[in-house]
Amino acid sequence: MNGNALLNIGIFGIFVAATLVVVIRASRNTKTAADYLAAGRSFTGPQNGVAIAGDYLSAASFLGIAGAIALNGYDGFLYSIGFLVAWLIALLLVAELLRNTGKYTMGDVLSFRMRQRPVRAAAATSTMAVSFFYLLAQMAGAGGLVALLLNITGKFGQAIVIAVVGALMIAYVLIGGMKGTTWVQIIKAVLLIVGAGVMTLWVLAKFGLNLSSLLGSAVENAPKAGEKLLGPGLQYGATGTSKLDFLSLALALVLGTAGLPHILMRFYTVPTAKEARRSVVWAIWLIGLFYLFTLVLGYGAAALVGPDKIRAAPGGANSAAPLLAEALGGPLLLGLIAAVAFATILAVVAGLTITASASFAHDIYANIIKKGEAEDKDAEVKVARRTAIVIGIVSILGGIAANGQNIAFLVALAFAVAASANLPTILYSLFWKRFNTSGALWSIYGGLVVTITLIVLSPAVSGKPTSMFKNVDFALFPLSNPGIVSIPVAFLLGYLGTVLSKENDKAKYAEMEVRALTGVGAEKATVH
Amino acid sequence: MSTSEQHSPADAQGNHNWVDVQNTPDFRELRRRLRTFVFPMAGLFLAWYLLYVLLADYAHGFMSTKVFGNINVGLILGLLQFVSTFVITTLYVRHANKKLDPLAEKLRNELEGGQA
Repeated sequence: MNGNALLNIGIFGIFVAATLVVVIRASRNTKTAADYLAAGRSFTGPQNGVAIAGDYLSAASFLGIAGAIALNGYDGFLYSIGFLVAWLIALLLVAELLRNTGKYTMGDVLSFRMRQRPVRAAAATSTMAVSFFYLLAQMAGAGGLVALLLNITGKFGQAIVIAVVGALMIAYVLIGGMKGTTWVQIIKAVLLIVGAGVMTLWVLAKFGLNLSSLLGSAVENAPKAGEKLLGPGLQYGATGTSKLDFLSLALALVLGTAGLPHILMRFYTVPTAKEARRSVVWAIWLIGLFYLFTLVLGYGAAALVGPDKIRAAPGGANSAAPLLAEALGGPLLLGLIAAVAFATILAVVAGLTITASASFAHDIYANIIKKGEAEDKDAEVKVARRTAIVIGIVSILGGIAANGQNIAFLVALAFAVAASANLPTILYSLFWKRFNTSGALWSIYGGLVVTITLIVLSPAVSGKPTSMFKNVDFALFPLSNPGIVSIPVAFLLGYLGTVLSKENDKAKYAEMEVRALTGVGAEKATVH
Repeated sequence: MSTSEQHSPADAQGNHNWVDVQNTPDFRELRRRLRTFVFPMAGLFLAWYLLYVLLADYAHGFMSTKVFGNINVGLILGLLQFVSTFVITTLYVRHANKKLDPLAEKLRNELEGGQA
């Protein structure tokens, strides 16, 4: 894939220029905090659904899952099923009720009937933890992607590209706020889904639209894995521990999605709960369709490129989709797919940055420091913008430092924290009358501490050749994915914290429940 | 633990007695319609997902059984997870449009009308 770097950069440059124009145009009407942090709640359900798909289908989903299927076959497919089924929790239990009771952040909902300051502080802590782990994984992943797509192999050159990605992301967020970021997500999602769709049809056409003969060809081309490519177990089936690890991962995937703050925040960009529902429905269809594409792309890469060539390429498994693009459509399709992959990273980091900065500005600055009585509403936007710059710089530095590290566990960590600290607290506060401040603090902080502790003590961090620290061994916990322990523990802690405290505000729960179910007093769209 | 600081003056703006609203037959019916749909459905799809994960994790032989051509049981069950997700989504939307939205709207209009 040499010699195409200029073409790839050129196509990516066009994407950046086009999206910047859109972002600048979108920012014209951004005046208030609701405009900046929630896009004036003016997007339609379908628009927001496309944007959610854009936020959710990160480079890890696109390159990572296609590569995992190409090399590990069926086990790669298992990821995408967890990522998709998870959306039913968001649809049935969370999206509409959250839209009706909150304003900008997860903290709005969690603190609704609790003592404001401690619960908002906890919600902001876990929002920033999840966003930061996710952000770091994306930024560090950008380094590897650069090596692959632009053929920049030096650490210094990669650091420059990470800094450029970070600077662009800061520009998007500062100029466009939530509205601009949402448009970037929409453009990127359309490009990604259309690109993957075209490649899928192309691959299927090569095999006479016959999935079975595609699978047969993938098996023939992968003599080491052989028939095992089509069944489960290639990646996770080796030992009892690895099987348990997979079960643990599967739990975190299905329960984590509805606790990801950057996804939750998207529900505030639409005018009503009904539009929030429509946006999840659109997201489910698009994400499901996309994962069906990756199934064909993954096996297509095994059949048409071959696992040996994928393993040998810079970027390893992640290069399966780009290599398949090259095999199908030559340098031009490779350039397009490479640019889409870049755009994906850019859009996802922008979405994460605005989420983390909104949580700081709204939960910590406006409601904790200013006690909800900020003298002028512009201050919240000003703080959000400054926070975005700080987060941007920190993630550039973090991304450069983590470049080349085994960062897959960061995404697992983000999902595990979301499933352990956030989801139990969200569900309890929406559905459990007795839940109170103490329970919320126990489940958020407890879930956070247990998850991070188990990850630090896991083989992902120490003791194995693939660990972050290879030469020391303090891996007391055998699993790389803590979910199977941390999720039940967090639910239990939320229960214990609740029953051990006498606090119980029935009137406030009545208000929350009535508002959540009927939409009375919900934040309205801004009118310009 | 003290509960004093959670009642900011802003709470009073609605002027509703929320507990009374919560106890009206209409609201109780709305809550019943929501919960009797979403809780069993959530239990159902989580159980179905867990069954699938356990089979993929511990029943490799069964999942690798070929049904036709190179299509095996595992692939079919995996694709059925997609199908069930799409079906539950559609069922919920139909339920919400028919059974939840009209009642929620009626309550909302009563409450917001009374507030003005």
